[in-house]
Amino acid sequence: MEDVKIEDVIKIEDIIKQENLVFSKTKNLTDKTMSFCPGCGHGVAHRITMEVLEEMGISEDTIGIAPVGCSVLAYEFMNIDMQQAAHGRAPAVATGLKRVYPDKYVFTYQGDGDLAAIGTGETIHACNRGENIVIIFVNNGIYGMTGGQMAPTTLAGMKTSTSPYGRDVETMGAPLKITEVVALLPGTCYVTRQSVHTPGNVRKAKKAIRKAFENQKAKKGLSFIEIVSNCNSGWKMTPVDSNKWMEENMFPFYPLGDIKDEFKLLQK
Amino acid sequence: MGELRLMKGNEAIAEAAIRSGVDAYYGYPITPQSEILEYLMSEEPYKRTGMVVLQAESEIASVNMVYGAGAGGKKAMTTSSSPGISLMQEGLSYIAGAEIPCLIVNVVRGGPGLGTIQPSQSDYFQTTKGGGHGDYRLIALAPASVQEMSDFVKLGFELAFKYRNPVMLQADGVIGQMMEKVELFDQMPRLTDQEIIAKYPWATTGKPKSRERNIITSLDLEALKQEEFNLHLQRKYKEVTENETRYELVNCEDAEYLLVAYGSSARISLKTVQLAREKGLKVGLVRPITLWPFPSKIISELADKVKGMLCVEMSAGQMIEDVILATLGKTKVLHYGRLGGVIPSPDEVLVALETQIIGGK
Amino acid sequence: MTEEIIIAGFGGQGVLSMGKMLAYSGIMQEQEVSWMPSYGPEMRGGTANVTVILSDQRINSPILNSFDTAIILNQQSMDKFEKTVKPGGILLYDTNGITKHPTRKDINIYVVEAAKESALMKSSKTFNMIVLGAYLKIRPIVEIENVIKGIKKSLPERHHHLIPMNVEGINRGLEIVQIINEVA
Repeated sequence: MEDVKIEDVIKIEDIIKQENLVFSKTKNLTDKTMSFCPGCGHGVAHRITMEVLEEMGISEDTIGIAPVGCSVLAYEFMNIDMQQAAHGRAPAVATGLKRVYPDKYVFTYQGDGDLAAIGTGETIHACNRGENIVIIFVNNGIYGMTGGQMAPTTLAGMKTSTSPYGRDVETMGAPLKITEVVALLPGTCYVTRQSVHTPGNVRKAKKAIRKAFENQKAKKGLSFIEIVSNCNSGWKMTPVDSNKWMEENMFPFYPLGDIKDEFKLLQK
Repeated sequence: MGELRLMKGNEAIAEAAIRSGVDAYYGYPITPQSEILEYLMSEEPYKRTGMVVLQAESEIASVNMVYGAGAGGKKAMTTSSSPGISLMQEGLSYIAGAEIPCLIVNVVRGGPGLGTIQPSQSDYFQTTKGGGHGDYRLIALAPASVQEMSDFVKLGFELAFKYRNPVMLQADGVIGQMMEKVELFDQMPRLTDQEIIAKYPWATTGKPKSRERNIITSLDLEALKQEEFNLHLQRKYKEVTENETRYELVNCEDAEYLLVAYGSSARISLKTVQLAREKGLKVGLVRPITLWPFPSKIISELADKVKGMLCVEMSAGQMIEDVILATLGKTKVLHYGRLGGVIPSPDEVLVALETQIIGGK
Repeated sequence: MTEEIIIAGFGGQGVLSMGKMLAYSGIMQEQEVSWMPSYGPEMRGGTANVTVILSDQRINSPILNSFDTAIILNQQSMDKFEKTVKPGGILLYDTNGITKHPTRKDINIYVVEAAKESALMKSSKTFNMIVLGAYLKIRPIVEIENVIKGIKKSLPERHHHLIPMNVEGINRGLEIVQIINEVA
């Protein structure tokens, strides 16, 4: 039998024809290959954030603040003006910038260690002052970049490199629901918890991010979007297993959905 | 001639901030400099010039707010006193590493720890030798009068933007709390956003299609690139040293003995020079105006001519290390100082000069 | 001309504001001036003092340990500052509350009964102005018209209606100062 080569059946020239394109990357992402682990939610969170800016036509007026953590290099991938902040200080940096550029859009993109441990003070006070910014908070319950240490959001009993026998809440404290905390503050107008592990959830998360930037446009105050995500490397699982584990363990403790929506509250 | 006013040093800083067209002041109260934030809040400069004044939740937040605004090309500043400045060191290292122009004011009080609220100069090491991590320098100005408190705010921002470098104005509780006659400079306009875009192409003002994105960061994970960046910083610091070293000489022409002092110690030493001259002693004063870059060259030249130098500091002796490095054993260099918030009197400085330097061996 | 003055008394007697008015008067006369308070916990309640220097030349140290003039308004300050007056200098004090009067023979000593006088004038707020008037009688280093300009500058506008009362206090002080001891 004669060998059939795949190139003879599927022609690359056909695939790249304009009419056959089903997806293209937003111009707001650079061409640099993302350094996130395969299976990690950061890449999707980056993409939908950048898509929202493009769709709203505000890319040229937006400045992002990158944290310390896995997304420290967010500015390598996000093709907009960016500042990189010290560990935990992004909400203060964003405050300083937004106050002198009230008509620009400013957002921070932070992980759980950055936002809910070392930067708790900056987070709470920026939320409480109602800074007119967007905070995107990726919670994967672990310190990913430094190699899987316990985070403020690590679940009770969860094993990490600094809680090798599981998080003991008696001695290590309970996981911190910072999102519920900031929802209590008068300065936040929209507080929601989303995920990006299924297409449906990606769509919902993107809608939430859009709403957050619309709030900033309308000068409503601070919008806070938590994205519960996996860390397959840190959790030492395959991407598929980590998503399953997230659904079974993270979501019961960190339930998805809107926690506060000032607009809805006003309607009631 | 500008408007004349009797003002506290702290008030002069606040008024000069408004007049030099500062865009944002972020601060946290601490004695002995809270008048700066109080003055700004009561003056409501957002009505006068559109300047933002915000009381932050901590000095850590203040300095990072300055980072954010400065990275956007805006004139931003904060002020504090020693314990608060310690908290800012992380931010200052990042600001130096990201080359963000800004002004930080330290109205120094006695330490270590909570120390005292009385004046001191014991933060010289912190100001000039780092404080935060990494190979970086702050341009450090040391005002010795209320007039200089005002003038150096303007000068500080000029230097900060000229070199894209943080500037530290190191005063102390004496200069902050005393009142003197000040000639205020006229109101300067704040730059418009368009002017900022034109003047500071590096600033994060929002990326138009016409240019690549601007990134403000101090991070480069590749060691060779980070080394290259550090060498760039060192070249910049050399240029600052060559161009911006500032000092004042008083009665040095015929001096046999010198006092070396900055800030309020220089004021006290000026009186000592007068008292010494009245006794027929040929004494002069070298007053470093920039603590970094330090006026090593002139001190080295003077060391060839004099019989000894007394460094007068409200510390256990910190600047003296730079004087010793500058003089390299060419002349006797000793320290006189009071610690923990005690201010030396002109007479006791004279006694120290007579016994340690003139009469000493 | 350089005049180095310490004004010392209780917090609330108007020590600092009197110093400020004097300094402002100096500016109105194109002099260099400095005003250096003691500050810190002692601001609240206890004693307050301020060093004021007026000069035709650049002022060197704002902090001194001997003075041309000491204006003393309580016993603690008398204990502390009588000895700091330069020989031939001036000590002006209010006898109210003073139990140990100054004893030095090498300085000029004057008394102003400002507490008593301000009570008679039914205006405790004129106290420090009476003291200032007494001082300016002894040492007319600034002209009264410049003092009034200085007062205007140092008072916020909402207090400008108090200026006539202050001037009245100064005039009273000019009249009632008494000589206790004068050295040749």
